[in-house]
This record gives sequence, C-alpha cells and structure tokens, in this order.
Amino acid sequence: MDTWTFGWTVALLGMGGTMLVLWCLSLVILLLKKVFPYTPEDSPSRKG
Amino acid sequence: MESAIIVGLQGLFDGVANFGLSHAVMLLIGCGLLYLGIGKGYEPLLLVPIGFGAILVNIPLAGLMESDGFLRFLYNTGVITEVFPLLIFVGIGSMTDFQPLMENPKIILLGAAGQFGIFLTLLLALAIGFDKLDAVAVAIIGACDGPTAIYVSSKFAPHLLGAVSIAAYSYMSLVPLIQPPIMRWLTTEKERKIAMGVVKQPVSKTTKIIFPIIVTIAASILAPKGTPLIGMLMLGNLLRESGVVERLRHAAENEIANIVTLFLGLAIGATMEGDKFLQAQTLLVLLLGLIAIALDTVMGVFFGKLMCLLTGGKINPLIGAAGISAFPMAARVAQAEGQKYNKKSYLLMHAMSANAGGQIGSVIAAAVMLSVLKGMGIVG
Repeated sequence: MDTWTFGWTVALLGMGGTMLVLWCLSLVILLLKKVFPYTPEDSPSRKG
Repeated sequence: MESAIIVGLQGLFDGVANFGLSHAVMLLIGCGLLYLGIGKGYEPLLLVPIGFGAILVNIPLAGLMESDGFLRFLYNTGVITEVFPLLIFVGIGSMTDFQPLMENPKIILLGAAGQFGIFLTLLLALAIGFDKLDAVAVAIIGACDGPTAIYVSSKFAPHLLGAVSIAAYSYMSLVPLIQPPIMRWLTTEKERKIAMGVVKQPVSKTTKIIFPIIVTIAASILAPKGTPLIGMLMLGNLLRESGVVERLRHAAENEIANIVTLFLGLAIGATMEGDKFLQAQTLLVLLLGLIAIALDTVMGVFFGKLMCLLTGGKINPLIGAAGISAFPMAARVAQAEGQKYNKKSYLLMHAMSANAGGQIGSVIAAAVMLSVLKGMGIVG
C-alpha cells in the first residue's frame, strides 16, 4: 500500500470512526439517563 | 604495584576520556527538563524523572541501558510491555469526573473534533517523509494525552519514545499559551461574547456506575485494539463511581499512579541517549507535535462554530478548543477567553464537558487508529 493511500485511509477512517464512536456514546448516555433518571435519593455517599 | 595504580587510575579517568559532545548536550537537555519541571512548574511529575533519567543514561560507561542496567529493566518491564501507561490510565480514570459530560452529552462531539489534529498531523508527517509507523507515533502527540502517546509510540516507534513523550507533556503544559491566539483568530467577537445557559440535568448514581461499564463494552467492540486503553480508563472511573472500593480508588490515584509515574518518567528519560536523540528527526517530532495540538484547537473551534450555527447561536465556539485531553487546563483557557469578552459569560461547566469528552476522545481516537491499522494489516 502506498504512503498516501495509507495516510488518507487512516485519516478519514480515524476521524469518522472517532466521531461515530463518540456520537454512539452520547446516545448511550441519553438512554442511561432516561432509563435511570435522577432522584433526590441519589446523593453522593461513599463507603470504604 | 605501579602498573596496578596506573590501571586503577585509568579506570577513574575512563569516564572523562569517553565524555563527548553528545553527552554534554544531553546533560544540558536533561538539566533543561529539570528546570522546566522544577523552575517553571511544567508537568513536574513527569519532567523531573524524565530529565533525571536523561542525565543518568548519558553518563559515559554507566551502562544503565545495557542489558543488565536497571533503567533497561524498568524500560523492558513497563514500557515495552505497555504496563506503565495502562496503570496510569487507571489513576486518570479514577480522578476524572464525567458528570459534566453526562449532563450535556452532545458536547462529547467536541471531544472527537479535538482529536482531528492527530490525523491531519499524520498526513503532514507522511508528507515530510516519516515512514508509516513513525508518522503514527508522531501524530499521536495530537491526542494531547501523555499516557496515550507513550502507549502508541512504544508500540510502533520505540526509538521516538523520548521525543514524543517530551513533546506530549511539554505542549500539554503550554496549552494556555498555544490555544488563545488560535481561538481569537478563528472566532468573531460576537461569537466569543455568547453566554451559554446553565445546563442542570443531574445524573443518577446508577447512570454514573453503568457509564464506564457500557463505554468499555461498546467502545471496545467498535475498536477492539484499544480495549486496554479504554478498559483501564473506565476501570479507574468505576472504582470512583461505585463508591464501595475507596481503598482501591485511593491506591489507583495515589500509590500506584505515583510509583508508576516515577518509573515511567525514568524509563522515558532512559531512551534519550545522545546518539539516538540528537538527530534532526527529534526536532521534526517536536515541531509536528506543536502543529498537532494547534490543529486540534483549530478543528475543535471549527466544530464549535458548526454547533453554534446549528443551535442558532446557543453554543460559544470557544468551548470547542477544550475538546482536547489536557484536563482541566483547556477548560480553564476557554473560560478565561470567554470572560475577557463577556464578563457575564460562564463557560467553565460547558468547557469541562468538552474537556471530559476530549479525555475519552483521545483514547477512542487512539483505539480507532489501532483498529484501523490492524484491519489494514499494518500491525499485528
């Protein structure tokens, strides 16, 4: 594979792939927030 | 007796006799890194051990990177195996609060745009004449994320590890100098004055706990070669959010992160032997690293402008510059720039969302790139 085919392939798939994965993650976050909505009992508490 | 004394004296002067110009230059560079870390406060946790490692490895005849040298042991144990950067990721995940991102998930896209500098720099490096894997290692400086840069460069171009690491950590600390001129250059005063509304969408504890698990599974399935990076980052975050393993969380953030940072810094410094480091290629790596971070900023701001347009002017493009991994420095820069033009503008929480997106984005970008390279048969 020549250098430029390599470069453009990695660049286009890399930018597109990164955008696609993060867009999917944003949808996952929206879904999680719908399925598990915030309730006042969700106050931060930690156990050791 | 006389001959024994002469031989003994020779042993004492061997070091001096073998001391060359390259040793002197590298000792100065090592001291320069110590100055940046101690005197200027630029990423001291890494630059101090790296600088000292560079000094140690350039003492003639000390042999610290010989097959039985102790720096060679650290390098082989933690860098070649990629264990050190991965352990650092557990600590980073544990220290990172993704809540601002979860409150406003669409902002995560800025964290993707903020990685585009990686891929544009890859093209630039190839144009200059770097071979394919060297170009990948140089481009990853654009992740603006030290452990990611170390992980990728140690995998593909270990001979560039020293230069790539120095560039990654130095430029991360120079974000407040690099970004503002670019942000001002690419935005209009009207855009910089945009005040963004408060997003108050609290996130449940269950969502915060499930988030790192889902991200690990989803992102790893989409980009399997990045599973170690994503997995360790999210493991650290799960330790934080679960709230039931405070001891492990504490260890990840403190003992493990501190010990590994020390060893990692020394091992990186140990790669800076004069004959390998003092080459024109090192200067090119440093220059391309700077360009990579500038391009990240350019692409982040451009994407911010696009989001501004699509939302009818509700998003201030300055927060696009925060879509890189330098956390929370890039978010503070966006806040400071916004306040210069509109005293009533509080961009910090929005910029923190973009910055947290940049942290995930840098890891995802590396994971995607590794998976694409694997798919193309460039790496095994």
